[in-house]
Amino acid sequence: MKSGIVSYGAYIPRYRIRPKDIGVVWGADGEAMGRGLNIRAKSVPGPDEDVITISVEAARACMAKVDLDPTEIGAIYVGSESHPYAVKPTATIVAEAISSAPVLTAADFEFACKAGTAAIQTTMGLTLSKMMKYGLAIGSDTSQGAPGDALEYSASAGGAAFLIGVDHVAAEIAHTVSFTTDTPDFWRREGQRYPSHGGRFTGEPAYFKHVLNCAQLLFKRAGTTAEDYDHAVFHQPNGKFPVRAAKQLGFKEGQIDTGLCVREIGNTYSGAIMVGLCAILDEADPGDRIFAVGYGSGAGSDGFDLTVTEEIRKIRRDATPSIKEMIADSVFLDYATYAKYRGKILMREA
Amino acid sequence: MSLAIPRFWREIQSRYNLIGTKCGNCGKVDFPPRAVCPVCGRKSIGKMQRFQLGGKGSVVTYTVIHDAPAQFEMQKPYVMAIIEMDEGVRLTSQLIDVKPEDVRIGMKVQASFRKLGQDGDAGVIHYGYKFRPAG
Repeated sequence: MKSGIVSYGAYIPRYRIRPKDIGVVWGADGEAMGRGLNIRAKSVPGPDEDVITISVEAARACMAKVDLDPTEIGAIYVGSESHPYAVKPTATIVAEAISSAPVLTAADFEFACKAGTAAIQTTMGLTLSKMMKYGLAIGSDTSQGAPGDALEYSASAGGAAFLIGVDHVAAEIAHTVSFTTDTPDFWRREGQRYPSHGGRFTGEPAYFKHVLNCAQLLFKRAGTTAEDYDHAVFHQPNGKFPVRAAKQLGFKEGQIDTGLCVREIGNTYSGAIMVGLCAILDEADPGDRIFAVGYGSGAGSDGFDLTVTEEIRKIRRDATPSIKEMIADSVFLDYATYAKYRGKILMREA
Repeated sequence: MSLAIPRFWREIQSRYNLIGTKCGNCGKVDFPPRAVCPVCGRKSIGKMQRFQLGGKGSVVTYTVIHDAPAQFEMQKPYVMAIIEMDEGVRLTSQLIDVKPEDVRIGMKVQASFRKLGQDGDAGVIHYGYKFRPAG
């Protein structure tokens, strides 16, 4: 018996801003910054959007693809580093909004950008042990980047939801493995509005060390090499890191192209690898094998070896817009409107 | 502020999931939910059923708000519309993801989940339906 993805859904806000339009405000060459990061635009949440609305839209898109009674969901976990409440779970609101409440367990997860993949692993355990039939794992963020900071060029918004179970599995997860250490590469202290980071320290000793070690462990566990996979997807804080990691692991450009959404929407943090995985599932055929390794600062990586099954043909993949369609449905903002929408303008109290 | 918490909490099912009622006597759908059918009166007592709207409808009429309450300053100009749901019932909602000049009477719309407001920076955040053009 194997656990896996029964259904999936994602949500990307429509608003976008280009690196060029951010750079011009701060006296920086935004175009060069965008080229360096391999990011053409990043998504921006509307003034009435947050992690709760994004999580609900992703969860509803996930449930719209299958004919399942939402009360069969035994657990909802939402991974994010931008939960609107410090105390009051996002997961409770998602549960009500998809009519899964009240007989279920729910909680919010936090592990920088990998809280959503941690939720997948948790729901795998709960369904494999038959504690429940289905679990819903969500990764969603409206990530924060301090004005003028390098992060502002990439920190974006989006999320994805995966229904995990052992019946009607559309993408079987044969192996999962994690690699975790205490590495202070990126953090946000309690009460701080914007995160801090260790600059270049976020690269070699952080992202690459964890992603590459986790990937090698996964290859070993699965007895595979890069050639055995049709698709590979990695955490994508920019469009440069995952490409370099993939190359070092032996993957070719064609294997990582479908899931590399960061180039068009920026880094959706907890949503990043999950939105990438949705983009792959939008197009995958039965038998396709997917290699997925996420990363969360602090730091750790979760790896998954997935195989798409015949069930993928039975779920209604066209019931909701595809990732490609959501990426194409975009409205570009200038910096002033972006600053207004992101609450960066000091307002009189409402 | 504390009075608003139970008020919004009571309306969660309607605001999140468009839950109304259907009269077990005449079949009339109401939104928000009613305890008694306005057509059948006492004949409907005990027969009012929970009924979920499908989330699709069309614009009956609309107005563009230029002078907004403080909480909506960020969104102006924005559109408020009366929407006739496919089940025949009408409701008022904000239209999103559309420019005011692109709104048309008869336009097909569908429900989405958005933030409606909040009781200040430290208070409860209210969520519920708004409508966007149907894809």
